[in-house]
Amino acid sequence: MQPLTRVEGRAIPLGLKNVDTDIIIPAKWLKTISREGLGAGAFEVLRAEPGNVFDNPAYQGAPILIAGDNYGCGSSREHAAWAMLDLGIRVVIAPSFSDIHSGNAVKNGILPVVLPQDAVDRLLEVAREGLEITVDLEAQTVTTPYQDRFAFEIDPFRKHCLLNGLDEVGLTMARGEAIGGFEAQRTAAQPWLMRGTAAA
Amino acid sequence: MASRPRTLYEKIWDAHVVETRDDGTALIYIDRHLVHEVTSPQAFEALKVAGRPVRRPELTLAVPDHNLPTTARVDASGKPVPIADPESAAQLAALEVNAPAFGIRYIPATAKEQGIVHVVGPEQGFSLPGTTIVCGDSHTACHGGLGALAFGIGTSEVEHVLATQTLLLQQSKPMEVRVEGDLGPGVSAKDLILHIIGTIGAAGGSGYVIEYRGKVFEAMTLEERLTVCNMSIEAGARAGLIAPDDTTFAYLKGRPMAPKGAEWDAAVAYWRTLHTDDGATFAKSVTINAADVEPSVTWGTSPEDVVPIGGRVPHPGDFADESKRVAAQKSLDYMGLTPGTPMTQVPIENVFIGSCTNSRIEDLRAAAAVLKGRHKADNVRWAIVVPGSGLVKAMAEDEGLDKVFTDAGFEWREPGCSACLGMNPDKVPPGERCASTSNRNFVGRQGPGARTHLVSPAMAAAAAVAGRLADVRELV
Ligand code: SF4
Repeated sequence: MQPLTRVEGRAIPLGLKNVDTDIIIPAKWLKTISREGLGAGAFEVLRAEPGNVFDNPAYQGAPILIAGDNYGCGSSREHAAWAMLDLGIRVVIAPSFSDIHSGNAVKNGILPVVLPQDAVDRLLEVAREGLEITVDLEAQTVTTPYQDRFAFEIDPFRKHCLLNGLDEVGLTMARGEAIGGFEAQRTAAQPWLMRGTAAA
Repeated sequence: MASRPRTLYEKIWDAHVVETRDDGTALIYIDRHLVHEVTSPQAFEALKVAGRPVRRPELTLAVPDHNLPTTARVDASGKPVPIADPESAAQLAALEVNAPAFGIRYIPATAKEQGIVHVVGPEQGFSLPGTTIVCGDSHTACHGGLGALAFGIGTSEVEHVLATQTLLLQQSKPMEVRVEGDLGPGVSAKDLILHIIGTIGAAGGSGYVIEYRGKVFEAMTLEERLTVCNMSIEAGARAGLIAPDDTTFAYLKGRPMAPKGAEWDAAVAYWRTLHTDDGATFAKSVTINAADVEPSVTWGTSPEDVVPIGGRVPHPGDFADESKRVAAQKSLDYMGLTPGTPMTQVPIENVFIGSCTNSRIEDLRAAAAVLKGRHKADNVRWAIVVPGSGLVKAMAEDEGLDKVFTDAGFEWREPGCSACLGMNPDKVPPGERCASTSNRNFVGRQGPGARTHLVSPAMAAAAAVAGRLADVRELV
C-alpha cells in the first residue's frame, strides 16, 4: 500500500448523495480475480451520461473526489476501492461514508475525509472552478487557494496506517500470541465455539 | 459487583475482544467466516504471495453462489455442465482450488448443501447465536436473525480473517428499533423491514448496530428474523440483531455443524444469557407502530424509496431536502415512472423470487400459497423461482411447491444468487420492470437498465398473477 501524507490537486465535483458501490463499479466487473484494471469500469453508469464530470477534461487525473452523504453505501465489494485507485483517486471528501467502504478505502491507501455539508458545498464550488485543493493528512486539514481551511477527524490508527503505508495483516500477525491465548481460553470454556465445520 | 447493564450487541462484542489498543480500536475474534467466489480470490492470492497460512481453517466455510448459472448443473449422464462465461468459470474454479489448498471445507456447486452463503450458514448450523460471523458480502447481517453479530467485510478483511481469525474494529453504537403491536393480516417480515428502512432512511442506521425489539420479532419464525436482519445494511447499519430464544434453539437443534450432546446444553445455557439487560441504554431508539405497516413496495432506486402498495409514485417536490428531490427525479427517470401514478397501476414484465432475503422454504410456501391454482399474466414474460439452497429446493419439491410454480408459469431453478445481482446469466432486460424479492433496487442491479421493485414473496406472486404491482390481500 502506497503511503499518503499530502494530496494536492484538482477535485472531481460529483456531489451526488448515496453513491453506492454498484455505481462505483457495476457487478459485471466483479468477475476478475485480480485487483488491477478496474478503472475502466469505474462509475460506468454515470459516465454513460453526456457531460459527466468524470470525462470532463478539466478533471482528468484529479486525485480527489467530492461526493454527497452516504458515499460507498451498498455492497461490500472492495473492487470499488480498487477501481477508484485505478482511476488515480487518493482522497474522497463527503459528509458521510458507509462503514464498510471507508474501511476498504483506507486499506487501499485512499483517505476518506468526513466534512460537514456546508464545507463540502464550498469545496464543490472551488472544485468546479478547476482550482486545486490540498488535503494534508498529517495536519488533518483541507485547504483551498481562497484560504478556506477545514479541519477533519480521523481515527488515529487509520491515520498511522495511511501515513506509513502499513499492511494491517502483518501488524496483526505479530499479535499471534495474544490471539493464541484467547483461543486457548475458549477451547477450554466453550469448545463448541471452536469446532466450526469440524463439528459435522 | 454486578456489571453494568449491557445491550445484546455489547455482550457479544465484549466476549470477543482479544485486546484493545490505545486508540480504542479492538482486535475482535471472529468465530465464523463464510467465503464465496467473488470477494475471495484476491485474498487467497495475497496469502499465497506472502506465504501466509490460514490460521483456523475449520472456522471458514466456502460455497460458490454469486456466479453460478441456475440451470441444470449436471447433464443426463451426471457429468458437471461447464460454465459458459469464461470469467465466471475462472472465479468459480479459483475458489474450488483455493479452499482445499488452504484446508477449508468447500461445498461444491453440485452438492445438495450448496446455496447462497447466507442461507447455507444457518441451515448447516455453522452460524450460531452469540458468535461473530463475517463474509465478504454486505448481507452477512442476515445471520443476526440467530442473535449473532454478523457483518460484511471487504476483501482485505477477508485476507485478515483468514490469516489471523480476527479483525481490527471500532465499536459501533447500539441502536434500538422497537416495533409495537402486531402486524396486520397479509403483512410479512419483508414488508416490515421495507417500512422500517423507508422510515429511518438508507443512512438511518449508519454507525450503529440495530437490535430489533418487540413482540412482533419474538413471534416471528427464524426465517422471518433472517429476512429482517438481512436488510439492516440497506438502512446503513453495520449489523442487525434479534435476541435468540426457543425459536432459535429449535431451529438449530440437530443441524450438522451445531453443537451436540452435553455441548448443546452448555451452548443453550450460554445463549439464554444473550439478551439486552433491563436498564441498558441505546444510543438511538426508533419506535414503529406495527399497525402502520402495509404490504410495501419500492418505487425508486434506493431501498428507502418505499410506499405502501395502496400508495402512489411520489412527486420529487414532496421531499423537503434538495438533494433528495434531485435524487428522486433521477430515480423516477430511471424507473420510467410518472409522479402520482397508483403503484397498483405499474405493469410488471419480470418476477424474481429468490435471494438471501427471501429464498427459504417459508418464502417459497408464501409465494406458492398465492399462486396455487392461478397463472401468471400474459404480460409477465419471465418469472423464476431460485431456491436459496439445494436443501430448500428438495424440501419444496417434497411439498409439491415446484409443481405449483411451474403450473403458474414460473421457471424452477437451481440455487444461487441469480437475478439478485445479475452476475450469472439471469438478468432483467434493459428498461423492463421486475417485482423482486431481493434486497437492492439500485440502478443496474438486476442487469443494465433493469427497473427493480422490491417486494415480499407473496407480493411478487400477486404481481405475477396481476401482471402489475398488486395488493396480495385482494387475492387471498
Ligand atoms: S442473494 Fe443477492 S444479496 Fe444475497 S448474497 Fe447473493 S448477491 Fe448478495
